[in-house]
Amino acid sequence: MATLIIAEHNNSELQPATFNTIAAAKHLDGDTVVLVAGHDCKSVADEAAKAEGVDKVLLAEAEHYAHLLAEDLDKLVVEQAESFTHILAPATTFGKNIAPRIAALLDVQQISDIIAIESDDTFKRPVYAGNAIATVKSTDAKKVITVRATAFDALSHEGGSASVESIGTTEHGALVDYVGEELTESERPELTSAKVIVSGGRGMGNGENFAMLEQLADKLGAAVGASRAAVDAGFVPNDYQVGQTGKIVAPELYIAVGISGAIQHLAGMKDSKVIVAINKDEEAPIFQVADYGLVADLFKVVPELIEAL
Amino acid sequence: MKILVAIKRVIDANVKVRVKADNTGVETANVKMSMNPFCEIAVEEAVRLKEQGVASEVIVVSIGNQQCQESLRTALALGADRAILVKTDDAVEPLAVAKVLKTLVDKEQPEMVLLGKQSIDGDNNQTGQMLGALLGWGQGTFASKVEVADGKAQVTREIDGGLQTLDVKLPAIITTDLRLNEPRFASLPNIMKAKRKPLEELAIADLGVDVAPRTETLKVENPPARKEGIKVETVAELVDKLKNEAKVI
Ligand SMILES: Cc1cc2nc3c(=O)[nH]c(=O)nc-3n(C[C@H](O)[C@H](O)[C@H](O)COP(=O)(O)OP(=O)(O)OC[C@H]3O[C@@H](n4cnc5c(N)ncnc54)[C@H](O)[C@@H]3O)c2cc1C
Ligand SMILES: Cc1cc2nc3c(=O)[nH]c(=O)nc-3n(C[C@H](O)[C@H](O)[C@H](O)COP(=O)(O)OP(=O)(O)OC[C@H]3O[C@@H](n4cnc5c(N)ncnc54)[C@H](O)[C@@H]3O)c2cc1C
Repeated sequence: MATLIIAEHNNSELQPATFNTIAAAKHLDGDTVVLVAGHDCKSVADEAAKAEGVDKVLLAEAEHYAHLLAEDLDKLVVEQAESFTHILAPATTFGKNIAPRIAALLDVQQISDIIAIESDDTFKRPVYAGNAIATVKSTDAKKVITVRATAFDALSHEGGSASVESIGTTEHGALVDYVGEELTESERPELTSAKVIVSGGRGMGNGENFAMLEQLADKLGAAVGASRAAVDAGFVPNDYQVGQTGKIVAPELYIAVGISGAIQHLAGMKDSKVIVAINKDEEAPIFQVADYGLVADLFKVVPELIEAL
Repeated sequence: MKILVAIKRVIDANVKVRVKADNTGVETANVKMSMNPFCEIAVEEAVRLKEQGVASEVIVVSIGNQQCQESLRTALALGADRAILVKTDDAVEPLAVAKVLKTLVDKEQPEMVLLGKQSIDGDNNQTGQMLGALLGWGQGTFASKVEVADGKAQVTREIDGGLQTLDVKLPAIITTDLRLNEPRFASLPNIMKAKRKPLEELAIADLGVDVAPRTETLKVENPPARKEGIKVETVAELVDKLKNEAKVI
C-alpha cells in the first residue's frame, strides 16, 4: 500500500490544504508520496520534503505545468498511478478540477470531500449540504479521493527529510490555454486556514459597508468572508463565499454579521469551534447554530465591537 | 453547433433534508423534487448561446427514473429543443453517468456539453470532469462567464483565489457556477409548447455501458449536533464571553 498526494502550489510554495491532505494520508497504511508538478518549482518540492509525514517527493517540471492545468496533470498522475493504492488531492477548486479526470482515466469512482477515514476502503463524507453524513465503502482496486481540509489538522511543516526524485513529464495536450488570473490581493489570512473569520451577508446593505467588517477583522487578525447573497449582490468578490457551494471553513471563531443562516451557508461554517451571530431578527436560523447570539442592528453594534476590542 | 446539457433531478434546495430512522438514506417520500439549480444555470446558458446565434440546437438529457421527465419538460419550456431520458430506477454514480453521457456524445456529436458543477444532493462535483477525461476534451469548470469564438470557449472560472480565465478548445466541457447567469422562469405559453417537443426514452441497459456501482453506502447519519448557545444582551457581554468563557480572543 502507498498513497500519492497531488500537491497544490503556486510554483513557489505549497497551498495550506496540501498539509491537511498529508495529515489525512497518515490514516492510511503505507508510504506517503507527494507529487509536485509545476514549472520552476524545485523549492516547493524541498518544502514538501521537509513536511512531517512525507516519505518521498516526486518532482515533475515543465513549462506547460506552470498553471497546474487538469488536462496536462491528469496524464502525468495516471503514469505514476501503478505504484499507488490511494491517490489524494485536497477538495479545493484545484483538487475538484483534476481528481475526477484521474479517476475516470483509471476507471475508478472517486470519493469526494471525505471528512474521516474508517479504513483503507471506507470513508465518511457529507451529502445534502452537510445535512447527512454518508459512510461509503469503495470496491475499486484503487481509490481516488478528495479531502476536506478542515476535517484533518495539518501536521508540522518541519521535521521531515524525504528524498526528492525528478520524474519524466508528459506532453502538452493543447486542449486548454491559460489566459490569465484575477486573484484577490489581501494582507489578511486566507479564508480556509484563518483562525478567525468575520463574514457579512445581505444585511450589510452594500459593498462600502464591508469596510466596517474589515476593520473588525484587522482587530482580530481575521479573514473576511461572505454569504452567497452578498457575493451575488456584488458587495464582495466570489472567492469570499462561504457555504455548500463556496468555501468550507472551520475556524476557532466565526462571526456572522447580517447573515440569516440558510442551510447552504451553514454547510460551510457550522463546524467552526465558536460561532457568533449578529442579526436584528431574533428568529433568524443562524441563532440555532450560534454559541453567542446578539440580536441587534449591526450598524450600531459592529462599531461598538471594534471599539471594545 | 449543437449543445448537450445534462440535468439532474434532486431534492429541492429549500427542503430540510431528513435522515431516515434506519440510517439507510434520506427521506424522499413526498419530498419536493426540482431540477438541480446548477443544471438550471446550464440550461439557461445553452439557451442564451442559441439566442445569440452561437448554438443551433440544445439537447437536454437526464439519467434517472420516469419522473425525470418533469425536469426535462421544464428544460424544454426554458428553451431547449429536444430531450433524452435515459431510464433507470437505480442510483447512478458520477462515473457511470459520465459513461452514459459519452455514448450520447458519440451519437449526437455536440461541440459543447454543459453540466452543473455539482448536484446539491450528492455534492460530488465530478461528472463533467470525468466526461472530459473520457472524451479527451478540455474543460472549463466552475464557469462564471463563457464566450464562444474562433473554435474555442473563453471561460472565466471561479477558483479559490479569485477568477481564472482559460481558452478551451472546442469541443469542450463547461460546468456552471452560481454567477454564470440568472435562469429565467418558464412562461405559460412556453410550458404548453414544451409538451409538444420531442422527448426520447432510452433504457440504460441498451447503451452497453458498465453502470454497476463501485461504492456501497454503509450508513447515512445525522451530523453531530452543536450544543445549544446563548443570547448576549450587549457588546460588552459578548466580548467578555469570547475572552473569558470561550477563550478565543
Ligand atoms: C444551489 C444553491 C447554492 C447555494 N450556495 C450557497 C453558499 O455556498 N453559501 C451561501 O451563503 N449561500 C448559498 N446559497 C444561498 C442561500 O440559500 C441563501 O440565499 C443565502 O445564504 C442568504 O444570504 P444572507 O443570509 O446574506 O441573506 P438573507 O437571507 O437575505 O439574510 C440577511 C439577514 O440580514 C439580517 N439583517 C438585515 N439588516 C440587518 C441589520 N441592519 N442588522 C442586523 N441584521 C440585519 C436580516 O435579519 C437577515 O437575517 C445557495 C443557494 C442555492 C439554491
Ligand atoms: C446519501 C446518498 C447515498 C447514495 N448511495 C448510493 C449508492 O449506494 N450507490 C449509488 O450508485 N449511488 C448512490 N447515491 C447517488 C450518488 O451518490 C449520486 O447521486 C450520483 O453519484 C451522482 O452524483 P452527483 O449528482 O453528486 O454528481 P455531480 O458530479 O455533483 O453532478 C454534476 C453534474 O452532472 C450532471 N449529472 C449528474 N447526474 C446526472 C444524471 N443522473 N443525469 C443527468 N445529468 C447528471 C448534472 O449536470 C450535474 O449538475 C447516493 C447518494 C446519496 C446522497
